[in-house]
Amino acid sequence: MYVAVKGGEAAIDAAHNLLAERRRGDPAVAELDLAQIREQLSLAVDRVMAEGALHDRDLAALAIKQARGDLVEAIFLLRAYRTTLPRLAVSEPIDTARMRIERRISAAFKDVPGGQILGPTFDYTHRLLDFALAAGTAPVPPADLPAPAPAGPMPQVAEILGGEGLIEREAAAEDAPGDLTRAPLAYPAARDVRLQALARGDEGYLLALGYSTQRGYGRNHPFAAEIRQGHVSVEIVPPELGFAVEIGEIAVCECQMVNQFMGSEAAPPQFTSGYGLSFGGAERKAMAMALVDRALRARELGEEVLAPAQDQEFVLSHADNVEASGFVQHLKLPHYVDFQSELELLRRLRRDWSARREAAE
Amino acid sequence: MSALASPGYNFAYLDEQTKRMIRRAILKAVAVPGYQVPFAGREMPLPYGWGTGGIQVTASIIGPEDRLKVIDQGADDTTNAVSIRRFFAKTAGVATTTRTREATIIQTRHRIPETPLAAGQIMVLQVPVPEPLRWLEPRETETRRMHAEADYGSMYVKLYEDIARVGRITAAYDYPVMVNGRYLMRPSPIPRFDNPKLDRSPALKLFGAGREKRIFALPPHTPVKSLDFEDHPFTIERWAQRCQRCGSGESFLDEIVVDDRGTRRFVCSDTDHCETVLERRRGT
Amino acid sequence: MSEAPLLEVERLAKRYGERFACREVSFSLFPGEVLAVVGESGSGKTTLLNLIGGRLRPDAGAVRFRAADGGVLDLASLEEAALRRLVRREIGFVHQNPRDGLRLGVSAGANIGEPIMAAGARHYAAIRRAAASWLERVEIEVSRLDDLPAAFSGGMQQRLQIARALVTEPRLVLMDEPTGGLDVSVQARLLDLLRRLVDDLGIAVVLVTHDLGVARLLAHRLMVMQRGEVVESGLADQILDDPQHPYTQLLVSSVLAA
Repeated sequence: MYVAVKGGEAAIDAAHNLLAERRRGDPAVAELDLAQIREQLSLAVDRVMAEGALHDRDLAALAIKQARGDLVEAIFLLRAYRTTLPRLAVSEPIDTARMRIERRISAAFKDVPGGQILGPTFDYTHRLLDFALAAGTAPVPPADLPAPAPAGPMPQVAEILGGEGLIEREAAAEDAPGDLTRAPLAYPAARDVRLQALARGDEGYLLALGYSTQRGYGRNHPFAAEIRQGHVSVEIVPPELGFAVEIGEIAVCECQMVNQFMGSEAAPPQFTSGYGLSFGGAERKAMAMALVDRALRARELGEEVLAPAQDQEFVLSHADNVEASGFVQHLKLPHYVDFQSELELLRRLRRDWSARREAAE
Repeated sequence: MSALASPGYNFAYLDEQTKRMIRRAILKAVAVPGYQVPFAGREMPLPYGWGTGGIQVTASIIGPEDRLKVIDQGADDTTNAVSIRRFFAKTAGVATTTRTREATIIQTRHRIPETPLAAGQIMVLQVPVPEPLRWLEPRETETRRMHAEADYGSMYVKLYEDIARVGRITAAYDYPVMVNGRYLMRPSPIPRFDNPKLDRSPALKLFGAGREKRIFALPPHTPVKSLDFEDHPFTIERWAQRCQRCGSGESFLDEIVVDDRGTRRFVCSDTDHCETVLERRRGT
Repeated sequence: MSEAPLLEVERLAKRYGERFACREVSFSLFPGEVLAVVGESGSGKTTLLNLIGGRLRPDAGAVRFRAADGGVLDLASLEEAALRRLVRREIGFVHQNPRDGLRLGVSAGANIGEPIMAAGARHYAAIRRAAASWLERVEIEVSRLDDLPAAFSGGMQQRLQIARALVTEPRLVLMDEPTGGLDVSVQARLLDLLRRLVDDLGIAVVLVTHDLGVARLLAHRLMVMQRGEVVESGLADQILDDPQHPYTQLLVSSVLAA
């Protein structure tokens, strides 16, 4: 006598226990603590915060630990946590012109006021596995570190170009920016909401799309006008006070791309631009985002939409890795009822086919 | 099941503002049967594709007096149904049940219970892809227009092509329906066997798509017609076998492969129905 | 031919910045009449066609259409959704490139069947019969009913498009260079077919073409456009035999020279 399968509850509990065991790994090895992740895997933390759309280094570190290092899973944890948080205020826009610079480079000019400051970059490292690192690092003696950059004026390259009218001026919007978390994305989407979707979009996906524009799928001749990394202050204007107060500082990475110039009867030719912003040192993300931002502006700049990176609905519908991961992986869920439905239909079609063959003979 | 909701979370997890926003979307959906209402869905602790839309709908309408049944593939103890039921037990502390007749809210994935629903019951269906025209037209801007103008010719083209190619309509599940003679709708991936249960059902049927951020509804007694041609009418699945557990010949059956020689057993997919019929037969 | 015009275009204009793509265009069209609009590329004739067909909104003027229910509607001021609905039901459009007017991924039968299914036809065999009968009418073998248009020659695709445009028997059909892009012998056959269909169905046609030979063969009346304006109009034969306006004379003479 066939007995219906039961025990889903028990199976789930056992699976969770096994997961906890795997997460811990070899008990003889020291357990990771959050401070270690926060300090020594800071780029992972930066990514999880950006795509999780929540700035909290400790929570991101916890998510990474809980997710066993699977960053997309960690991003999901942070996003789900975000849902439970009340919204207390909306900050003033951060002012990257007043950034406390840690890194600042421009590929567009040999030198710029304030200088080219490399900062802590992988760029000029040789990608050779450092086996000495396996044994642990000796602390770097303070004398070997370069003196911090002098606090001279560091105008944004976009401002320098703007001074000569060489680059399009961003028009200040009249309405408040849209909020992707309060209203679902509707197409066609305006640039403010597009940028929000890109900021929380999957880095690998945007990297591939940005790359595709460089390879000819919607080419827009980008130059990295400026990349800056550092700390900016976050300010709110409490209604009781009526003026701005700083509530803290966050580290961000900003990329301004300068692209294909356009002109018309009415306006002289100017550079167009793309913009990318991420947390901490997530520079690759900020750059990819800037390339895709520019590509998505194709229609409003009068360019033909031919390439995937220019197709708003395509790019934005698939950018969120929490959505993508969920839907791809949902195929693991039982689908046997629908499968049974398909089997039944297939069997009918096969019977029809055989009947037709026999009738023909 | 603890009677107390988990401390630190609002009743049923979502904050009251979010619930209100979702209920407004539900009301709009009920006012225009079959029309997909966009809503600002939230990330939930379960992944997209796992029923976040259904969960948000249930979370917005459930109250302490409700009795919740959760099924997946018709069964109460499939892993995802268990997971969702636990979620509500933890965050709302509501009573749960496996008996269709006793539930006030039934959240379901891929099946409608065999037991006909009554007035006052609410069924919440989990929807992966809400847009019936999506496979014909990937653009949201275009499908929106098609619904607004009741421009559904392309759907009938697909059905025509099916018949021209293989002699039958090849939609097996998630079979498109016309709601109230106006909106084309997908009933979620229920087998077409279950479509007739929607037509004029006295219960309120709510559909939640979390990832795509749409809610739609079938108010009680709404006419729902599965698309077909007059000379190729809509048909449902049939089995030569009966349920090997309760003997039912009118329910949707699961086909289970029992050994490596391909021996198959057929059992009711709806576990509560199977249990009920069996009890009746035993006289309990 | 009944008294009231099917279409009355009054002082229609479309502007792009400072430039008028077409201006001060007025004419009436009666059921069963074929009006050819001729001119070189850039003359505004395609813009005019798109304005009549509701694909473009005019900046001035009216497009009064007598709908099937007898009511007269100004397409220029009709709201989007109502306009599209009306156009879909009552005005046919034949594109120069048949691929623009067909669904390439579905069979010929489905292409012809779609407009009647969209209008509510729900009997598969009847739809199929109607599609087959139209296939015959446009001289395509009925055995090709289930073939994809991609398998058809250019001329066959155009005939399929015509069948799809005419299957709901619209009283007004707009054609944009229907024989453009086809080679000469194929063109001749297509023109013959069009003439027969137009006669048989009694439809009114606005036909845009740069080819005066096409105009002569199909049209009762002719309108010559240059730089967005109508420079001459009247009976087709009269204008082609005895053009008055210098531009028309130029067009006619260049045909003779060629």
